[in-house]
Amino acid sequence: MLSFLREGFGNPSSVHAAGREARAGVEEARERMATAIGAAPSEIVFTGGGTEADNLAIKGALRKLRGNGNHLVTTAFEHHAVLDTCSWMVHQGFEQTVVRIPPSGVIDPQAIVEATRPDTLLVSVMAVNNEIGTIQPVAEIVRAVRQAAPNAVVHTDAVQALPNIEVDVRGWGVDLAAFAAHKIGGPKGVGALYVRSGVAVEPLLHGGGQERGLRSGTLNVAGVAGMGLAAEFASKEIEARRDRLGGLRDALLAGVRSHVPDVIVNGEMERRVASNLNISIPGTHGETLILLLDRAGIACSSGSACQSGALDPSHVLAALGVDESVAGGSLRFSLGRDSTEADIDAVLEALPAVVDAARRAA
Amino acid sequence: MSKPKAVVAMSGGVDSSVAAALLKDQGYDVTGIMLKLWRGGEENNDSGCCSVGAADDARRVADVLGIPFYVFNFAEHFEQTVIADFQSAYARGETPNPCVRCNQWVKFDMLLDRAKQLGAEVLATGHYARVVETGGRRRLLRGVDATKDQSYVLWMLTQDELAHVRFPVGAQNKSETREIAERLGLRTAHKPDSQEICFVRSGEIGDYVARATGTGPGHLVDSAGRLLGEHRGLGHYTIGQRKGLGVSLGMPVFVTGIDASTNTVVVGDRADLMVGGLSCEEATFVAEPPAVGTEVLVQHRSHGAASPAEVVSCGRDNFEISYREPIEAIAPGQSAVLYSMDDIEVLGGGIITSTVRETAGV
Repeated sequence: MLSFLREGFGNPSSVHAAGREARAGVEEARERMATAIGAAPSEIVFTGGGTEADNLAIKGALRKLRGNGNHLVTTAFEHHAVLDTCSWMVHQGFEQTVVRIPPSGVIDPQAIVEATRPDTLLVSVMAVNNEIGTIQPVAEIVRAVRQAAPNAVVHTDAVQALPNIEVDVRGWGVDLAAFAAHKIGGPKGVGALYVRSGVAVEPLLHGGGQERGLRSGTLNVAGVAGMGLAAEFASKEIEARRDRLGGLRDALLAGVRSHVPDVIVNGEMERRVASNLNISIPGTHGETLILLLDRAGIACSSGSACQSGALDPSHVLAALGVDESVAGGSLRFSLGRDSTEADIDAVLEALPAVVDAARRAA
Repeated sequence: MSKPKAVVAMSGGVDSSVAAALLKDQGYDVTGIMLKLWRGGEENNDSGCCSVGAADDARRVADVLGIPFYVFNFAEHFEQTVIADFQSAYARGETPNPCVRCNQWVKFDMLLDRAKQLGAEVLATGHYARVVETGGRRRLLRGVDATKDQSYVLWMLTQDELAHVRFPVGAQNKSETREIAERLGLRTAHKPDSQEICFVRSGEIGDYVARATGTGPGHLVDSAGRLLGEHRGLGHYTIGQRKGLGVSLGMPVFVTGIDASTNTVVVGDRADLMVGGLSCEEATFVAEPPAVGTEVLVQHRSHGAASPAEVVSCGRDNFEISYREPIEAIAPGQSAVLYSMDDIEVLGGGIITSTVRETAGV
């Protein structure tokens, strides 16, 4: 990736040698990305991020299929890149059904089937929830939708899937799947959309016809190269990561429980990625907890950050039916490649005083 | 020994930026906090305080000053208190002051609690006012810069709050504040003062109130009850208003009364505006309630002089005053603030519930 930033000034669309070199880098990245998710290279469209990939999938599919129906199905705990895009399409005249989520945080495929109609054009369900880490039965949902609404295109926001779970878009059977480089250890501002061979979507951007005409605009070559490598690494470390982070995460939860016996875990633990822990500490404000933990050198989140930097109440916890007062005191710990036992110890050392302070004046 | 902790409420304007800088200079361990007061969308106000742009400004100022910065989401609380009161006051035919309510219910209540939770001894804002302590009693004084003084909107502060509240810029002129900001290279140095109510543009209050309260046009009558025309909705009018009445009687006419129960606006001539005294509820006093007969100066709107008056009655949370000379145009819903006869010290204040019409013949 750095070689493209330092030396490679070629435009991948050009014919000359420098251009060819850039193009080779892009195509190598496309192969790596495809291999990491079980797709063919020709099914990968690079974008300016996960949000753009979700937008291209949802808007592109609906615009392509307009006339054959007018309805879409999604779920209440999707990322805003999906929820807000779907709402925008409703604003544009489509109708949507937003499926509710049980307290487990795992979508019931039957609920998706019940939401479909004869005129359903698109079903969009996430692969892994970004706040509570629950793993969704994507393959099962796709099978069920194929029976109930054979003409519907199925999209999955898989931004949180790698490097936490094996991704096999063919095995899942989805038509479209969105990915973001920075969620898998790559650079920010690059993403990819898997577009199953034979599935058509309208582009969002028109111009030079890059990316099979689905995403015009000169590619961010260095970013794309970085994404390819990141995807390759991510797909190889899934199992080791699951074992190591799962152990750390469970130690974290056990430690929290011993200090804060009334802690509530949001979403079920069993079908959850190893890197996620989402808890609520009754009688506290998430904002206060995060600030105090930050001052203690510990970075975690609560709710979802909006553009101003404020935390909005979590729509995910609301979708699960978590009581507002409990959701308000939620904390999300994300573990990663660099997380160590010492980090867990540091959290457990800081937490009791932080919880006491946050509870004192609440 | 660790430094005492302080929280500065940062709005993204120059005053609170410099307040943070001054407090840091005084040796405090300063944390900047911005309040997000809107639900959901960021599009509401892109220029006002607390907008995304303002958060970016405040965050950058905090970075330059080397202090941590956080945004707290108070949207729900703000909506349930300040905005709800604003709407219901207009629906009652009053003219509310939301800045007073925000100080009363948000900044020096919920935010002060949060600041204490974070271990802060002090909460500072960028208001132009002063807190001084003499003989164990805290006094609230007008700001040094008479043209910028904001003590009017701070009357609800009592000994308990004043023990923790600081106004670092209150002891200087606005021009000095801007000079300090410029010297420190703060991007807010030349930002214009905010003028409007933060959640509705000044020219649009009438439409906002109509939308929010579902009220509409009604009768415009003279003091004898004669129908003169139609008014555009109560939110468009305040006592003493001369412009935009849409009637021409061959002499200057003013809004002299608003009767929400019949959705009627009453107009009359200048003599009908004269007020001899007023009553306040929800009153608080910085120290002790003043004795009946105390000579005071009374200010009844945020911009305008304080006028000599006498305390006619005074309870724990209410008072009545009688003006020495009749005063023109006083709107219920605004605050009446009691100042010492030298016009320096705030004694207390309350929300105006009724006025005594000056019946002296013309």
